[in-house]
Amino acid sequence: MANIQIREAIRDAMREEMRRDERVFLMGEEVGHYNGAYKASEGLLEEFGERRVVDTPIVETGFAGVGIGAAMCGLRPIIEFMTFNFSAVAFDQILNNASKIRHMTNGQFSVPIVFRGPNAAAHMLGSTHSQAFEAFYAHIPGLKVIAVATAYDAKGLLKSAIRDDNPVIFLESELMYSKRGEVPEEEYLIEIGKADIKRPGADVTVVTWGQGVPVALDAAALAEKEGIDAEVIDLRTLRPLDDAAVIESVKKTNRCALVYHGWPYGGVGAEVATRVQDLAFDWLDAPVARACYEDVPFAYAENLENLSLPSPERALAAIKKVCYRT
Amino acid sequence: MTKPAKGPDFPPTELSSDDLKRHFPDKEEVLKHYREMLRIRRFEETAARAYTRGKISGFLHLYIGQEAIAVATAEAISPGDRVVSTYRTHGMALALGSPPGPCMAELYGKKDGLVGGIGGSMHFFDRDRGMWGGYAIVGNHIPVAAGHAFASKYTGDGKVTLCFMGDGAVGIGPVHEGMTLSGLWDLPIVFIVENNRFSMGTPLHRTVPVEDITARAEGYGFASDRFRVTSVTETRDRLKEAIERARARRQPTLIEMITYRFRGHSMSDPAKYRQKDEVSAWRKQDPLERAIDALQSLYNMTEDELEAIDEEVVSEMDAAMRFAEESPPPDPEARFANIIV
Repeated sequence: MANIQIREAIRDAMREEMRRDERVFLMGEEVGHYNGAYKASEGLLEEFGERRVVDTPIVETGFAGVGIGAAMCGLRPIIEFMTFNFSAVAFDQILNNASKIRHMTNGQFSVPIVFRGPNAAAHMLGSTHSQAFEAFYAHIPGLKVIAVATAYDAKGLLKSAIRDDNPVIFLESELMYSKRGEVPEEEYLIEIGKADIKRPGADVTVVTWGQGVPVALDAAALAEKEGIDAEVIDLRTLRPLDDAAVIESVKKTNRCALVYHGWPYGGVGAEVATRVQDLAFDWLDAPVARACYEDVPFAYAENLENLSLPSPERALAAIKKVCYRT
Repeated sequence: MTKPAKGPDFPPTELSSDDLKRHFPDKEEVLKHYREMLRIRRFEETAARAYTRGKISGFLHLYIGQEAIAVATAEAISPGDRVVSTYRTHGMALALGSPPGPCMAELYGKKDGLVGGIGGSMHFFDRDRGMWGGYAIVGNHIPVAAGHAFASKYTGDGKVTLCFMGDGAVGIGPVHEGMTLSGLWDLPIVFIVENNRFSMGTPLHRTVPVEDITARAEGYGFASDRFRVTSVTETRDRLKEAIERARARRQPTLIEMITYRFRGHSMSDPAKYRQKDEVSAWRKQDPLERAIDALQSLYNMTEDELEAIDEEVVSEMDAAMRFAEESPPPDPEARFANIIV
């Protein structure tokens, strides 16, 4: 096993897939000569050259569309958004082209493409740079959406995403790029659409993903001190959603709390909650609770930002609420 | 610095006899162009009738008046070249060889439609014939087309992408971004603005700051060309120049083709924003009418001979309509197909 940062896991996944398949290339702002705004592509230009590690000007609609057009011709682009906040500029390309072309052409064309980059609030970046985009993308039929929280998951799932014949949104985290984890030396893949139990427990199911995972794990540690044994399920893939893993856990614990980075209104958490009530209503001993962003744009000021984030303490409050503990 | 003056810089003109020979140099060729343009026009008229009878729903944008461009494109490209078009797209598909039956069946939303009744009028795709869409969000196909050209450069497949848009598209962001990358990366692509003078109901002079759209080419490092569409022959030859420039030197070209649509923006648009005399002036310059004139004046064809061709074309389109009417609706399961591989 190697102990590596998440940014290295992402880089290694891209490098292995680019070595394996000539059709794979990386495109985005600062991915080449600058080695990536967050150094997730360090060394790739040196190894693969400018043909396959393509720096772009600041034209998100342009290079997202170029990636889609290239994918329709049989290439397998990895498009890096410097942050997913900028993907909003390219939203039409993803919504109306990437997700629909296979369907709309009756299967004449596929769009095997990965859009990847950091997602959700980092630290004191203000409202335009502190947004979680999974709810927007998971809303769209025709896309797959992945959010990772460990080096192991990042590498195995990114490799699967690059080999997938569908457009895949791959959400990383600026705050977590330096986080280290164990990764096998030998090649491995992780199947898209499978959740992972990050902490087994008996009393309450805590569903989380992406940047929410460390928050949920911290909250579970706090809960343990209060005698609550929380099971933390990392969805890892948000579309398609691993209903079975969540429902199996809820049938065991009879309680469910959601901990995630993202607004509450119409989000992925709301989708999980509706599936839990739909598929495990008779097993629930309490309404589903959630700890997520406050329903506001983020402020820059540190104290205001902290109040709007799903802290371990707020997550613990949600866990205790579904356990009827105060 | 002041902007260039606005105004009708392509006024109606009579063709001199020299012009006539230049545009219509060969009887067999003109005859073929006449037939191909007529096929598109009769297809569109057939579709319009079906629409008024309630057989076709949704949006239906007709290509009547612009047919010469599609016919020229089909002759100018080489096998494997990619044509990316707009929502006014039936004509391009027909010219590239998509059979009228499946095209009409697509308008009817039937199983045997060009894309199985899933896409409709605005989303025609026929990959094997070089028809790469069919895009209905104005301008958002320009980066995609640049991506096709990027793939050609990446793989060295020697193909050229032709990307069409209307004059109404040129203000929107993706056009600028797609052209920027095409110029920056020397992509093998040709951009064609089919300037039919109207962005839906708004005339050109109220949508673009400088009416010569090719004035933008220099900023992208493109070659450019600008002309009024008079004949398939000339349009094809000027397209070919640009295509070879893209193929041999990987220099993009921006071509502005001045044309005119004789119908409204879509079937729901009576086009009351245009004056009768404007339309009739353009009618005199209709490339289809000019081909008919040439066949009669240069090549002594009779009205009866031309009429016989027209009847053949009309019966081809009648057959297409029967094909569409007889095709079953898509299977209920089809709505789940091809969303995720």
